[in-house]
Amino acid sequence: MSERPKRERAASKQAQTGQPRHRRAHTTARDLERYAGLFAARTKVMRSSAMRDLMEITARPDVISLAGGLPDTSTFPPESFAAQMTRIAQESAARALQYGPTEGFDDTKRCIREVMAAEGMEPDPDDIIVTTGGQQALDLIAKALLDPGDPVIAEAPTYAGAVPVFCSYQADTIQIPVDEHGMRVDLLEAELERLEREGRRPKFIYSVPSFQNPAGVTLAAERRRRLVELARERELLVVEDNPYGLLRYEGEPTDPLYKLDGGDYVLYVGTFSKILSPGIRLGWICAPPPVMAKLVLGKQAADLCTSTLSQFFVHEYFAEGRWRAYVESLRAVYRERRDAMLSALERHFPPAASWSRPEGGLFLWATLPEYIDTTDLLARALRENVAFVPGAAAFVDGRGTNSMRLNFSGCDAETIEEGVRRIGDVIAEQIELYSALVPPEEKHESPSGPGGEVLPLPPRPDQERSP
Amino acid sequence: MRVAVLKGGRSLERQVSLRSGARVEDALQALGHEVIGLDAGEDLVRRLRELRPEVAFIAMHGADGEDGTVQSLLELLEIPYTGPRVAACQRAFDKPATKQDLRAAGIPTPDWVSFSQSAFSGLGAGDAVAEIEERLGLPLVVKPARGGSSLGVRFGATREELPLAIVSAFSYDDRVLLERHVEGRELAVGVLAGEPLPIVEVRPREEDRYSYEARYEIGRTEYICPAELSEEETRAVQDAAEATWEALRCEGFARVDLMLGADGPQVLEVNAVPGLTDTSLVPMAAEAAGIGFEEFCGRAVELALARAARR
Repeated sequence: MSERPKRERAASKQAQTGQPRHRRAHTTARDLERYAGLFAARTKVMRSSAMRDLMEITARPDVISLAGGLPDTSTFPPESFAAQMTRIAQESAARALQYGPTEGFDDTKRCIREVMAAEGMEPDPDDIIVTTGGQQALDLIAKALLDPGDPVIAEAPTYAGAVPVFCSYQADTIQIPVDEHGMRVDLLEAELERLEREGRRPKFIYSVPSFQNPAGVTLAAERRRRLVELARERELLVVEDNPYGLLRYEGEPTDPLYKLDGGDYVLYVGTFSKILSPGIRLGWICAPPPVMAKLVLGKQAADLCTSTLSQFFVHEYFAEGRWRAYVESLRAVYRERRDAMLSALERHFPPAASWSRPEGGLFLWATLPEYIDTTDLLARALRENVAFVPGAAAFVDGRGTNSMRLNFSGCDAETIEEGVRRIGDVIAEQIELYSALVPPEEKHESPSGPGGEVLPLPPRPDQERSP
Repeated sequence: MRVAVLKGGRSLERQVSLRSGARVEDALQALGHEVIGLDAGEDLVRRLRELRPEVAFIAMHGADGEDGTVQSLLELLEIPYTGPRVAACQRAFDKPATKQDLRAAGIPTPDWVSFSQSAFSGLGAGDAVAEIEERLGLPLVVKPARGGSSLGVRFGATREELPLAIVSAFSYDDRVLLERHVEGRELAVGVLAGEPLPIVEVRPREEDRYSYEARYEIGRTEYICPAELSEEETRAVQDAAEATWEALRCEGFARVDLMLGADGPQVLEVNAVPGLTDTSLVPMAAEAAGIGFEEFCGRAVELALARAARR
C-alpha cells in the first residue's frame, strides 16, 4: 500500500547485480557515542518526541486528521497551474532556472506589496526580503538577533514551529498568556518590568496577532496599539507573523501591527503558503534597513536565494490578476468548514470542554478538564482513527497538557463532523472513567488549570442558558 | 535468499518499527540476501503471496507485530518467520498474562493487579483504589496491559496521582496493570536462541525515568553494557532471563526487562519483537558479546529456517 516500489526494484536489481547500496549497513552503539561527542550544545534542546511519533501516524489514510495545518490546495485550478508553468518554460526558462538576487526579485516584491496593500500596508520595496517560506523568515530573524540565553517573548500557546527555532538559538523563551482578545498585553508589561529588574531585555516579542495558530484568537485593536507603543517606548522589536490575515470569515478587519507602527519596531513576516501554496515555499520579511542588512547576510549563508522557479510562478500567477478571487474562494470554503466544526463541537464535546471561536484562520483551540492529558488522549483517539494536535506542543514549559488544536481547513464539513464526534466520544469516555476513580468532592474544577493560565475562555452559550 | 522484512504497520510504535526495519534490511542486504521491505498494511497478505519470500523477518513492534497477529498470518501462509511463535507472542505482549506465567514458574515478578476499563466504569473498581494501595503499597507503576516503548506508563507516587495515571494508561489499552514499584537498577537481557546476552543497564536521567522519548534519543539515556554487576548478580539476572525465556516458550530472540532490587532480580516483561534501532538494547548487547548486527540478523533468519525445517 504505502510501500515504495522503487526501492524494492532497486533492491532486487541490486540483488541481481550484487552492487553495494550507498547507505552504510548499520550504526553500532559505539558509533553513536562517537557522534554524540560531536554534536553542538544547541542540539541538546532540539528534541524529538513521543508526540512527533504519534503525529506521524496521523498521516495514515484511514485517519481523519484534524491535526494538520494544511491549506486545501485541491481548490487551486490545475489548468491555471499548467498554463503558468508553460509560460515560464516558453518565455523565461533560462532565467527561471538560474540563481536570483538574495533579497528576491523586484517582481516578487511587487506581488508581496499587493498582498500587503490588501491589509493596508505599504512597505518600501527595499525593506522586503523574500524567504523560503515563513519558517525561514523566523529562522533568519532569530539568527540575526539572538545570543544564547537571550529572552524572547512569545504567546502562550504559541506557534509550535516557532519553539524549535528559538530553542535552536538557545533563547530563553518566555510565554505570555492569551485570552479571547489575544496576548494579555498587561501581563506582557509586567513581565518586561520583571525582566528589567533582573537587568535583562528581550530581543523581540513574537506574536501571531490575527487568528492565532494555535489558539484561533485575534489581538484586540487597543492591545495592538499598546503593544506597538510598548515596543517604541522600550526600543524592543515585535515580530508580527501574519500568515492568515486575509483569511477572515467574519467581523471587521484589524490593522496589522506593522501598519500601526510604520515599520520601525515591527518586523513583519508574511507567506504565500495560506493564500496560494505552501509547496512553493515563499515567504517574506519586512524590516528596517539596519535589520535588513543582517537578514540579507544570514540569508546568503543559509541558501543564497529563494527558489527562482517559485518566484517566477508567483509572478505569473499575480499577472493573471485573479489572486484576490482565489483568496475569496478559499474564504468561502474555510468559512463553511469553520462553521461545521463549531456546530459539531456544540453537539459532540462534553459541557466540561471549552473552545475558541476564531473569526478567521485555520485553527481553533479546545480546553478539556485538567485531568485529561491530550497526548495520551491522542493515542486513544488514534484507535478511533482520528487525530488532533496535543496542546503541549504549543508551550515550552509543560503547560497545555489538557488542550488541543483542531484544524478545520483540511477536511470537508462531513468529515469534520465525524472527526469531532469521535474525539468527543473518547473525551466523554475519559471523563466517565475519571469520575469513577475520584469521588466528586475531590474533583478539580475545570477547564482552566490553577491560576487559569491556559487560555481562559468564556463559558459556552448552553452553560449560560442553564446556570 | 529472498527475505521479506515486515515493518511499520498501524501500531503506535510504527516509527520505531520503521527504524528497526530499515536497519535490518541494510544488514540482510549486506549479507547478500535479496531483501524486500514491506510496510505492513491492508495488502500485506496479498504482497506476501505474490512475493513468496523464503523467510520473513518481523521488525514490527506493538500491536499486530508483537501480539501474535502477524505470526498467525505467516503460519497460515507457511512462511517461516523470526522470533517467538504465536502463543509465546500473545503471552509476552499481555503483561498480566506474562506475570501469571512467571508466577507459575516460580520466577519473581512484582505484585500486581490488573483491571479492564469496565471494572472502573461499570463495576466501581474506583472504590477499591484504597485496597489496591494497601495491598501493593505506593509508589505504583501503572501500565497499559499491552503495548511497549513505555507509552502510557506512569508513576503513581501518591494516591492523588493514581487516577490520572490510570486514565492515561487506559488511553493505550482497555486493560491496565498496577504494579508494585521495585526500587533498584533497570536491566534488560537480550536472549538469542535461549542464550542470554550480556546485560544492559539502563540509566535514565531522573526526570526521564518513565519517558518514552528518552529511549529513542541519542544522549538522553545512559546505557551500560555489560552492566557493572558482581559475578553473582550477573548470574542471578541471566538465570532469571533464561528461566523467563523457557517459561514463555520463546524462540529466536527476545528481550527480558527486569529490576534488580534488594531481593534480587524481578522480571517485569518480555518483548517478543524487541527494538532493533540504533539506540536499541538487544543490538547493543549482541555487540558486547562480539555478535555484530549483521551476524545477529543472519542468526535470527537461520533460526527461523531451522524451526521451519523441523516441522
